[in-house]
Amino acid sequence: MDEKKEEVGYITSVSRPVKGCAGDTGEWRVFRPVKDDDKCNDCLLCWIFCPEATITKETLEIDYQYCKGCGICAVECPTGAITMIKEEKTVKEEKR
Amino acid sequence: MRVLETGNHLIALAAEASAVEVVPAYPITPQTQIIEMIADLISEGKMDAEYIPVESEHSACAALVSASLTGARAFSATSSHGLAYMHEMLHYAAGIRVPVVMANVNRALGPGWNIWCDHQDSISQRDTGWLQVYVASHQEAVDTVVQAFRITEDSRVLLPLMLNLDAFVISHTYMDADVPSRAEVASYLPPYRPLWRLDTRKPVTHGSVVYPADFSETRRSMQIGQENAREVARLAAGEFRDVFGRWHGDLVEPYLLDDARFVIIAMGSLAAEGKVAVDAMRREGLEVGLLRVRFFRPFPNDEIRQLCAGREGLLVIDRDYSYGNQGALFTEIKGALYGRADVPSHNLIVGLGGRDVTYAQIADMVKKAWKEDMPEVIWGDTQVSSGHEVTREILCEFSELFDGQPVGLVEGLDTDG
Amino acid sequence: MVRFKDLPEEELFLSGSTACQGCPSSLALRIAFKALGKNTILIVVASCTSVLQGSYPLSAINLPLMNVAFATGGASASGVVAGIKALKKRGEIDEAPNVLVWAGDGGTYDIGIQSLSGAAERETDFIYFCYNNEMYSNTGTQRSGATPLGAWTTTTPGGKSQHRKDISQIMIAHRIPYVATVSLAYPLDFYQKMQKAATIRGTKYIELMAPCPPGWKFPSSQMIEVSRMAVQSGMWLLYEHEEGETRFTAATKRMIEGKVKRKPVKEYLEIQGRFRQILSSPEGQEAEDKLEEEVSESIRRLQGWVPEYI
Repeated sequence: MDEKKEEVGYITSVSRPVKGCAGDTGEWRVFRPVKDDDKCNDCLLCWIFCPEATITKETLEIDYQYCKGCGICAVECPTGAITMIKEEKTVKEEKR
Repeated sequence: MRVLETGNHLIALAAEASAVEVVPAYPITPQTQIIEMIADLISEGKMDAEYIPVESEHSACAALVSASLTGARAFSATSSHGLAYMHEMLHYAAGIRVPVVMANVNRALGPGWNIWCDHQDSISQRDTGWLQVYVASHQEAVDTVVQAFRITEDSRVLLPLMLNLDAFVISHTYMDADVPSRAEVASYLPPYRPLWRLDTRKPVTHGSVVYPADFSETRRSMQIGQENAREVARLAAGEFRDVFGRWHGDLVEPYLLDDARFVIIAMGSLAAEGKVAVDAMRREGLEVGLLRVRFFRPFPNDEIRQLCAGREGLLVIDRDYSYGNQGALFTEIKGALYGRADVPSHNLIVGLGGRDVTYAQIADMVKKAWKEDMPEVIWGDTQVSSGHEVTREILCEFSELFDGQPVGLVEGLDTDG
Repeated sequence: MVRFKDLPEEELFLSGSTACQGCPSSLALRIAFKALGKNTILIVVASCTSVLQGSYPLSAINLPLMNVAFATGGASASGVVAGIKALKKRGEIDEAPNVLVWAGDGGTYDIGIQSLSGAAERETDFIYFCYNNEMYSNTGTQRSGATPLGAWTTTTPGGKSQHRKDISQIMIAHRIPYVATVSLAYPLDFYQKMQKAATIRGTKYIELMAPCPPGWKFPSSQMIEVSRMAVQSGMWLLYEHEEGETRFTAATKRMIEGKVKRKPVKEYLEIQGRFRQILSSPEGQEAEDKLEEEVSESIRRLQGWVPEYI
């Protein structure tokens, strides 16, 4: 974090774009979306509706490092391919 | 090009010569002729700038800043209530570090509505982070516009500058002045090379949320910009003299100070008037001098200390008041001298709301402050009572509509005349 | 005919922002950026978006971005557009970028209305996007001029007693070339309107109804559903206005044409916690009736601009 500050300098409030600017926001989750690929019909609605841009268009995979677990993808999926499952471990714990 | 023009028109001509590219404009007396002339120059094809006729001064400052952040050299002008209206945005401009220049035609703030000259508007903005200059002549107005961009755009400064000129005394009177051509200015002022800007090739975010952990550093850096501005302002004035052969002082302008026993300190046109008072007193054999404060921000502490030490007395003229304390310039002068030069000082408050001040009045006040026992703050031309003090009649004027008792808390107050 | 697969893959909104779960503004930013592309300068007016983008020294938005003071959306755009013209004259830019202002309802309906009006009157060439969550969300959900009748906010704890303003109509009265309303529940309609706006010269005003989960009091997973119900009940009408004519679009069009029946406003109110209080109070029925009347009145007024109905 400190290296970024040196680079920008203390002149003013200029920030640089980077993924994960709020850290691993996946740690916010209480529930995580789980996709059943057999039910998925590639309609792309989950990709469109994710407010955090965590789903890739190509593979429709969810980036759990940043997914906040809002549940919109599960509600909007027309085939019911996504279910919200309660988290057992946090992203941090998973990494260990 | 030698012209006979008003201070306002000269500011406009100087902006054109300085290759200003964007001008957000909102009219307010007594600034209007600046933006009217700029509109004329553009419409006649003599000035190549984008004119933004904004719908308020707050918006004028917003557009000034965003145009500058996009990478264009931006200029505007205002006065009095207009300056006050954009107060929030003045802080913003300094905080986001854009080198914009704005002319402020010093005018009183009301109510009562008053369009004439005093410095209340600009001294009320002294904490915003803007550099502040006060010009005392038409020629200086022209030359300072050019110097201003040279100072603000220096990467050691990168702070906005407010160029103050007195309402009507300078803004509306005609004097002859030399306005350099664009080519001449270009030999002194290079094109604007912004430090960073809104550019799709290099996306960055400006004006982010900054937490306490980092905020102080951004502020300290603003102060460093102001401190650097002292040296940059001296360089800019010196180089201007080399190129154009004209000098108006740098942070200050001393007048007959070498052997002066008593010194007048003033800003703006009252300093010019003060020089005439000095000349008159010198003819009477009084060793008086004048120190004109040209840059109010950054405040020229070193120069003040050097030039005031050892004098018999100071008379600081304020065409403003910091209510609840004393004149703004006086307070800052005392701050500069405290603990370093103990010189008896008085504050002369004159000219508020455009009341005319003559050199004879100034000379009279100097003599009184020097030789007689005067209060620290001298309200030079203002009576304590002008027949408008609160009387029992006034306290009951409207209350007779309901219970007839005097309004307010008047116990112990002698309201019978 | 645009399909979901036609939307560009590139994300200019970067995951891992400080936005709440299910935030409508972050989703709207994603879609807007896909429509406009990289050659866009973004001006963010003080709002949730000033905060959800992260804090110094990191940002979640991969576009040149200027965070501006609350009242200055329109004026800041005028300044940027003028600056771009100056740079073009100097030969430093070839293709002028899109200028997009992103403001909340506070910065649009209330404190920012003057500056927006000024920019529109000056015919500044930019897109003004208002994401309307019907309150001052960023400061903790206080009422705004966009808060509907009966809604709870922290400063209208008994439910707001006044109707909301209709800013889109005010913008139409400015005679600007394009005014449109959009909804996250109809993302292709949203995407197409943004793309169209980018091709039009002059001031373009686009407004999104942005259901805010914490402020409107509903679970974040329902954000799209609430957006949908708003349109289906008529509490949010989807249309675009161009050259003196209004066209209803998407689900609103189907509703106006009678292909789909308009849902009662009550169904929309019931799924949000912010209306629970008024609905269960003695004023509840009156508020509901007034809102139904507001919807009918809005439709009638809009139909005045639709050629078929004149």
